[in-house]
Amino acid sequence: MSSILQVNALTKTFKSGQKKITVLENINFSIDAGESMAIVGPSGSGKTTLLGLCAGLDKVTEGQITLDNVLLNALSEDDLAQLRNQSVGFIFQNFQLIPTLTALENVMVPLELRGEKDIQNRSKELLARVGLADRVNHYPNQLSGGEQQRVAIARAFSNQPKILFADEPTGNLDEETSQSIEALLFGLNKEQGTTLVIVTHDNELANKTDKTIKLKGGRLVESTVSVH
Amino acid sequence: MAIRDGRRSKGKLLLFVMSISLGIAALVGITSFRENLLKEIDEQAKTLIGADVSIQGSKPLPDSLMLAFYGLSGEMSRETYFASMVYFPRTDGTRLAQVRALSGKYPYYGNIETTPVDAAERFQKGAFALVDDKLMIQYGVEIGDDVKVGTQNFEVIGRLHKIPGQTDIGASAAPVVYISFNVLDQTQLFQKGSRVNYLNYFQFSPEIDTTGQWSQLVAEADKKGFDVEDIEKRKTDTGSAFKDLSNFLELVAFTALLLGCIGVASSMFVYTRDKVATVATLRCLGMKSGQAISIFIYQVAFFGIIGSILGALMGVALHLYLPELVKDFIPVELTPSISWLSILSGIGIGSVVSILFALISLVSLRNISPLQAIRSESESGNNKIDGIQILVGGVIFLFVLLLIYLQIGSFKNATFFAFGLVITVVILGLIGKGLALTIKKLLPSTLPYAWRQGLSNLYRPHNQTSLLITTLGLGTAFIATLLFMQSLLVDRVSIAGAEDRPNTVLFDIQTPQKEAIRNLTLDYDLPVMQEVPIVTMRLLEINGVSKNEAYNDTTITTPDWAYNREYRVTYRDSLISSETLSEGVWTSEITSNADSIFVSVSSGYAENLELKLGDELLFNVQGAVLKTYIGSFREVDWRRVQTNFLVVFPKGVLENAPQFHVLITRINNNETSARFQQAVVRSFPNVSIIDLELILKTLEDILAKIAFVIRFMAYFSIGTGIIMLISSIILSRFQRMRENVLLRTMGASSRTLWTIIFAEYFFLGLLGALSGIVIAGITTTLLGKFVFEFTFVPDLLQMLGVGAIITSITVIIGLLNSRDIIRQSPLEVLRNES
Repeated sequence: MSSILQVNALTKTFKSGQKKITVLENINFSIDAGESMAIVGPSGSGKTTLLGLCAGLDKVTEGQITLDNVLLNALSEDDLAQLRNQSVGFIFQNFQLIPTLTALENVMVPLELRGEKDIQNRSKELLARVGLADRVNHYPNQLSGGEQQRVAIARAFSNQPKILFADEPTGNLDEETSQSIEALLFGLNKEQGTTLVIVTHDNELANKTDKTIKLKGGRLVESTVSVH
Repeated sequence: MAIRDGRRSKGKLLLFVMSISLGIAALVGITSFRENLLKEIDEQAKTLIGADVSIQGSKPLPDSLMLAFYGLSGEMSRETYFASMVYFPRTDGTRLAQVRALSGKYPYYGNIETTPVDAAERFQKGAFALVDDKLMIQYGVEIGDDVKVGTQNFEVIGRLHKIPGQTDIGASAAPVVYISFNVLDQTQLFQKGSRVNYLNYFQFSPEIDTTGQWSQLVAEADKKGFDVEDIEKRKTDTGSAFKDLSNFLELVAFTALLLGCIGVASSMFVYTRDKVATVATLRCLGMKSGQAISIFIYQVAFFGIIGSILGALMGVALHLYLPELVKDFIPVELTPSISWLSILSGIGIGSVVSILFALISLVSLRNISPLQAIRSESESGNNKIDGIQILVGGVIFLFVLLLIYLQIGSFKNATFFAFGLVITVVILGLIGKGLALTIKKLLPSTLPYAWRQGLSNLYRPHNQTSLLITTLGLGTAFIATLLFMQSLLVDRVSIAGAEDRPNTVLFDIQTPQKEAIRNLTLDYDLPVMQEVPIVTMRLLEINGVSKNEAYNDTTITTPDWAYNREYRVTYRDSLISSETLSEGVWTSEITSNADSIFVSVSSGYAENLELKLGDELLFNVQGAVLKTYIGSFREVDWRRVQTNFLVVFPKGVLENAPQFHVLITRINNNETSARFQQAVVRSFPNVSIIDLELILKTLEDILAKIAFVIRFMAYFSIGTGIIMLISSIILSRFQRMRENVLLRTMGASSRTLWTIIFAEYFFLGLLGALSGIVIAGITTTLLGKFVFEFTFVPDLLQMLGVGAIITSITVIIGLLNSRDIIRQSPLEVLRNES
């Protein structure tokens, strides 16, 4: 199987006044298409930064990231945006729905940006798939946390991404809701053959993925492959 | 806590400080200037008139009266002045000047400033003259040269720099030549019908009681048609002459302050939205809502005072610069002095305004639940107005009412203005709501996504459409009103007419000279464009009511000038090109003495005096009393170079009255003009020639200076307006920031994001600007009708220009405001957001 995401010698530094802070240092890993992977580690270890860099939301300082056979380093912000729209889906811990759009409109956004037609029915189907058929015209603040995360999942899968990045997708949810969200996430992952990269503190969730990498102080300290 | 929190919000507080400081700068600058002007007029009043009392008339003061005044006052000077051509033989130049023949020690207060200094004392001792300095420079005249006035040559012994009460502009329009009163007869300039003014100046030496016998003499002189002026009257007149200027400047200052207030309100709205999380957390930690609000009130008060102090300093700088701008039009020398009262009241008003306008937003913080620290998503954006906010609104209304009252001094007008403001705000708010509703109903689904997204932002939940339309509209209304007023004021005094307009006027032509001058004009191949007879008269009664009766009857509102002025009227049988008949019937000729005399009066004059068709006007035509009736009203275009008149008689009435004539021609080159003027002056020394090209140029210079003052002050307010616009537009940043970052994350290109932002701000700016322009049109029409007495005809091009500029500014600020969002890495923003 070919790798969809390849990270080579990745280093990320930030400037804080005169000081240079190294957040990630010499990270190397790869993930094959259709696989799932968890990034774990203590707070401040660089998990979310690594996820953002892999998704093309930020630029590396050193090293290379290849996503879907495209080297991200050389791309402009607009090219990165296009790549995200075509190949990437996102799920965030705090849902990040657009508060002024209804659930349906939120799900339609990636498709609108691709300029696709007949998107309303497809979006409604996705919302039905995540159990929100009767909530399509609700605004985010009219939905519970679990419902908002379902909308976010429907939105993430609406453009049929090759790879989906999820940052603590169940971090803000109770156990019961978390389990149903995880089931949904992995179900869609299998159904659509989407690669899944999850940042999490939850070992149980990490154990459900094919692969786990552990970060500490910005370095990759452990890489394990799960046997399900 | 207030200081610690303030450190993190420098940008928004800077906007707040700038809003308040520019408003206060205009207020302090202008009130200091007005105070300074009134103080100087008060202090220099004696030098404005040069004497304790002056008595002026179109005939000499009768000897008995003159001696009675002289007997009481103890000191007197006499002056006769008139317009006449003067001729400089050495340089062969001629120019219309104001010739003043003086005897006595006038001025008693102030000086006639000359070079050499003693020339003012020497010129009365023979055939000597003092000539206006600019006139000497213009015609290359040196001290020792001759100047010919009428048939008499005078030796120029001094350059005249300044005479009491005269402005630089006045000196340019009618340059003065002083000669001795004793040599006046030798000029042989006086003939019946010549327009001459006679002045007597009195000094009280020692100080006298002006209530007893003196006041009886004043009443007698007044009755005989003389204008008696003392220091108090001159002070009032000079003060009221600058009332319009001072009113305009106050309007500007007030506009700047109101725009500043809107800026404060907008920036505080942004600021408090930013503080919701902080307050929620503080409340979680056990802070009471009152304590939380007081943190921000301390901040606002602190920065309000800083802004007001900065504004007051800028105001002082403005105050130092203003006298430089207006020095040419004012008769007193202005030495800028620091007005602590203006500065302190400016700082006081600024601080109160800051707190009051900030309170509207700040009081909403008290409703923030500690729960929002945990669940900010579900509770943010609660825009409901509560009772306390309405109370704060009421206090603001009363404060604004008080401010307006202090500025214009009329409670009725202040109430009218304040309610007008409230109604405007309500209308703009409704327009905003209407726009949101219309777009929601009519937005076509076929539009490209970016445009649909941009436009639907205008009606989606938590939109700021109403608020932005109100602030943008109000700002535009203020700015556009100032611009319209400015163009109208400039346009009002501009000169209409094309290339072939007349440019030379010969006046004071006596009846026997009329034919010869006409022939001389034709000899020079010049066209006789108009020949007009002019008869001077005074108005005795309107519908049987005399000046004294009108004065004593408080129900009659006829202005004093209607009776006091000298009327120069003409007679003819038809209308001329600058006139149109607006009402009544034009009477061309009276054929029998038994016929009633129907005159035609200008519409503006009729409106001022509230005259109706058929009203009776009784005139004193140099001794003969003439009863007339108003037969028609004429619209007169005063800007046309024509001889235009308030009152026109039909033919057959005034032909035998003492009169002089005016001949109007056009001379196309300077050489012919000089030769023709010399020929006229040589043969007819009493005839004066006005070279309109020169006058028009002087007038244009004056207008350019006035226009500069108007523009300078208007732009000052517009500057405040732009800061206000920035504050308003930043209002919407909150909502859009997160949306745009999420769209970016999901793959929106820069182009898509720019289009979304453009569409939203374009429609906001366009509708805000259009609403503001419509309101400005209404305001200018009302101001024109009730204050400045003109009709506002909208200039479509100018309106479109203002609309385009405001819309562009909105779009540019909106785009600049969003550039960070588009440039920044989405990850960084998302992390900040979460």
